[in-house]
Amino acid sequence: MTELSKTETGEGTTAKAPSAFLEVRDLKVHFPTDDGIVKSVDGLSFSVDKGKTLAIVGESGSGKSVTSLAVMGLHRLGARGKNVRMSGEIWLNGKELVGASPDEVRRLRGRDMAMIFQDPLSAMHPYYKVGDQIVEAYRVHHKVSKKEARTRAIEMLDRVGIPEPAKRVDGYPHEFSGGMRQRAMIAMALVNNPELLIADEPTTALDVTVQAQILDLIRDLQKEFGSAVIMITHDLGVVAEIADDVLVMYGGRCVERGAAAEVFEKPQHPYTWGLLGSMPRIDRETSERLIPVKGQPPSLINVPSGCAFHPRCPYADVPAENVSRTVRPELQLVGAGHWSACHLPAEDRERIWTEEIAPKL
Amino acid sequence: MSETKKTDTAAKAAVPEQASAPDEREVLLKVENLTKHFPIKKGILRRQVGAVKAVDGIDFEVRKGETLGVVGESGCGKSTMGRVITRLQDPTGGSISFEGQDITRLSTGEMRPLRRDIQMIFQDPYGSLNPRHTIGSIVSAPFRLQGVEPEGGVKKEVQRLLELVGLSPEHYNRYPHEFSGGQRQRIGIARALALKPKLVVADEPVSALDVSIQAQVVNLMDDLQQELGLTYVIIAHDLSVVRHVSDRIAVMYLGKIVELADRNALYEAPMHPYTKALMSAVPVPDTKRRGQRSERILLRGDVPSPIAPPSGCRFHTRCWKATEICRTTEPQLVELKLGQRVACHHPENFADQAPQDTVLLSAAKAASELVPDAVLAGEPEAAAKSEAVTETSPEPATDAKPEAAAEETKAEPEAKSEAAKETSSEPEPEPEPEPEPEPEPEPEPEPEPEPEPEPESESDAKPEAAAEPEPEPAAEPEAEATAEPEPAAEPEPAAEPEPDDAPKSPKPKGK
Ligand SMILES: Nc1ncnc2c1ncn2[C@@H]1O[C@H](COP(=O)(O)OP(=O)(O)OP(=O)(O)O)[C@@H](O)[C@H]1O
Ligand SMILES: Nc1ncnc2c1ncn2[C@@H]1O[C@H](COP(=O)(O)OP(=O)(O)O)[C@@H](O)[C@H]1O
Ligand code: SF4
Ligand code: SF4
Ligand SMILES: [Mg+2]
Ligand SMILES: [Mg+2]
Repeated sequence: MTELSKTETGEGTTAKAPSAFLEVRDLKVHFPTDDGIVKSVDGLSFSVDKGKTLAIVGESGSGKSVTSLAVMGLHRLGARGKNVRMSGEIWLNGKELVGASPDEVRRLRGRDMAMIFQDPLSAMHPYYKVGDQIVEAYRVHHKVSKKEARTRAIEMLDRVGIPEPAKRVDGYPHEFSGGMRQRAMIAMALVNNPELLIADEPTTALDVTVQAQILDLIRDLQKEFGSAVIMITHDLGVVAEIADDVLVMYGGRCVERGAAAEVFEKPQHPYTWGLLGSMPRIDRETSERLIPVKGQPPSLINVPSGCAFHPRCPYADVPAENVSRTVRPELQLVGAGHWSACHLPAEDRERIWTEEIAPKL
Repeated sequence: MSETKKTDTAAKAAVPEQASAPDEREVLLKVENLTKHFPIKKGILRRQVGAVKAVDGIDFEVRKGETLGVVGESGCGKSTMGRVITRLQDPTGGSISFEGQDITRLSTGEMRPLRRDIQMIFQDPYGSLNPRHTIGSIVSAPFRLQGVEPEGGVKKEVQRLLELVGLSPEHYNRYPHEFSGGQRQRIGIARALALKPKLVVADEPVSALDVSIQAQVVNLMDDLQQELGLTYVIIAHDLSVVRHVSDRIAVMYLGKIVELADRNALYEAPMHPYTKALMSAVPVPDTKRRGQRSERILLRGDVPSPIAPPSGCRFHTRCWKATEICRTTEPQLVELKLGQRVACHHPENFADQAPQDTVLLSAAKAASELVPDAVLAGEPEAAAKSEAVTETSPEPATDAKPEAAAEETKAEPEAKSEAAKETSSEPEPEPEPEPEPEPEPEPEPEPEPEPEPEPESESDAKPEAAAEPEPEPAAEPEAEATAEPEPAAEPEPAAEPEPDDAPKSPKPKGK
């Protein structure tokens, strides 16, 4: 693939520009609705360097997809755009996107950053041939003939392991199996060698066997191009396998963040404990019982006061003076590059983890 | 999960179905040679042009009080099997007996009394509840349908059921949309339990739920089993969940059960290559194991179409151990170890069942590129055994035979030269359809030209093609040498022009 020069995305850079390839600061995405304001993302910060993979985990409705659509600048499109309130900063390669014009963001989308969606059918148009859609995605950013673009499309299909790409390029999405469709979408997302790839639950709907193929593919491609990858998933097994860093979301906010090994081996937040405890694991002795997180995910319209997790947290009463219910905990440094938003004093956290949680995982 | 499961798995493992051990649990449901084919009709005359063989000859039994897990990839027939054994769909062939009574051909009317005993919980907690009915009317429906008047009245009983599944009795007059996925799944469970069934078939009961909620429902089903002495058939594609909940597990592939075993045996020493591949693909939430994915087996391609399943062993188009016999002869599901039934000619963790048949199919060679060395090197005894019986191969071949796969170092040099040979012997970048060993997934239920075997054996009219039909000298040692992952970089060297094309990178594959 020819490295087409990606024209100065650096222009408009200010002194605040961060060093990380992608840096999100205090992102808020709110949707005003008849029932009230849905605070889907409410003050989220993270960064990803090139060649690294950040996994965002959390239960459904915690704001994962809204975050990724925000980075891609997709909230402000069309009718949807009128009904969203976004604030904060998103720095991609030294360029701020929240304040940028939609046109500027569009130029970056598909070229500097690309996305693999949860549902491949929603990203591919059912009435157009798979190949034509990839050709289209390529020609938006490259002035090449249709023929050249087609060659490129075939090459990409081949790259993602579609058998007989020269034939399949003329197939329609419904003629592909789920796994092939997902691979075709990856081919489309990667056709311009994006430097940032966001994969929103790319394997959730797939069988483990196909999932293994897709994860391998993403990993190989990342290695080759050194892209930054954001992997959104609720499968902690997938996270452990591919992420360098992990961000745990709850109710639109980050509750824990750190290097994957840190978060898996020394998780600090009660919600993360809950996630780990509720998961049956194939690599361990079968435990008597799973330890579910009780209750239901929080409303994002009436977010619980104080710590949003308090109605479900078994330790909500451990911190003194009812702070869990009254004061929202901010992220605090709890280890090297490891942050957690919880009022539990360090010694209680340590004790609960070693005595109550770790032995049962 | 249940206490029995924890304590007496060992005891149970020692109780195969045939052996009439005294403490054997009573068989509740028995299925023999069950098939379910969906006809494909074409044209104005609606002539039948083929059939989707969703379930194609399966045998198993479910014992009272146990949980039988059913796993397999999407489309392998799990749900169809579930709907047929509950008689929500009619079987095409075979027999189903429940408590000794043959229910295979019972009419809807004749089935009605049995509906109390056999219940099904569905995959989708969103789609399976009528949005216009209150929770009360949904959960009480079974009483109305069966004309049953529970003690204390329907309403009281329904409220008791709601409490049993962890909902509040006040939810009686609410509507499904007011509930979360986990709560809806509980409603579905309450409805299924209303008539105190003996057998509950649950199709993906937790897969639509978040892990935290999933754990609530798994625990609930466990508690209810203890409390009410239920028997479960739990269908799921999540192998970690299935392992957690099951006593025994059936692994399905393309309408067949390929392995049926005690939970621990299956997870610790799977015998069917497919089971092994499936298990190895499960991502494990342990960062320490990253990078050393030494046991991960990647399967090529997708599951073949159930309209024209491959001949012989249906897994032979993707199996790295497949030999000629796999292509021609269907392996029967036999009990190789106590409590472990498997349908394979060359099982893992066990003696080879067709040791004389040693020449790998070319599809197997391609597949083995994606199989880690650790796996290929496994089972030295089995390999040794089969080697002992090998008579066909000439001298140099012998030591490259079964263990060629196992013996990395030995295979290496040959593999390289063979790769070279193959490329050079195939100078033309033929645009001709590249006969991938991997089956073409055909999402459409269209009549397909033909099962795989043909195109495949033809396609391999490559140097080693001769090796396939008859294991004779032609079966050069290099045939196996492909097991070496190295040249895998170009799985299809033939079809690709592949000039220098720098950006081209290896196909997705396990390394
Ligand atoms: N009514 C039907 N008519 C035709 N084909 C059908 C019908 N129902 C199921 N099939 C086919 O039978 C095969 C098995 O389907 P089934 O729903 O049992 O799969 P499954 O194992 O439950 O898959 P999943 O994990 O995706 O739920 C599939 O190929 C499916 O397309
Ligand atoms: N356009 C929208 N209008 C109102 N609410 C929305 C919109 N998009 C998403 N939401 C809400 O934001 C929350 C987070 O959604 P999402 O990011 O999709 O969750 P997930 O973490 O499962 O990806 C959910 O409560 C969702 O209903
Ligand atoms: S702040 Fe309180 S409620 Fe929130 S997670 Fe920590 S202990 Fe639990
Ligand atoms: S070794 Fe043969 S019989 Fe066994 S699974 Fe592979 S192809 Fe089937
Ligand atoms: Mg989402
Ligand atoms: Mg199903």
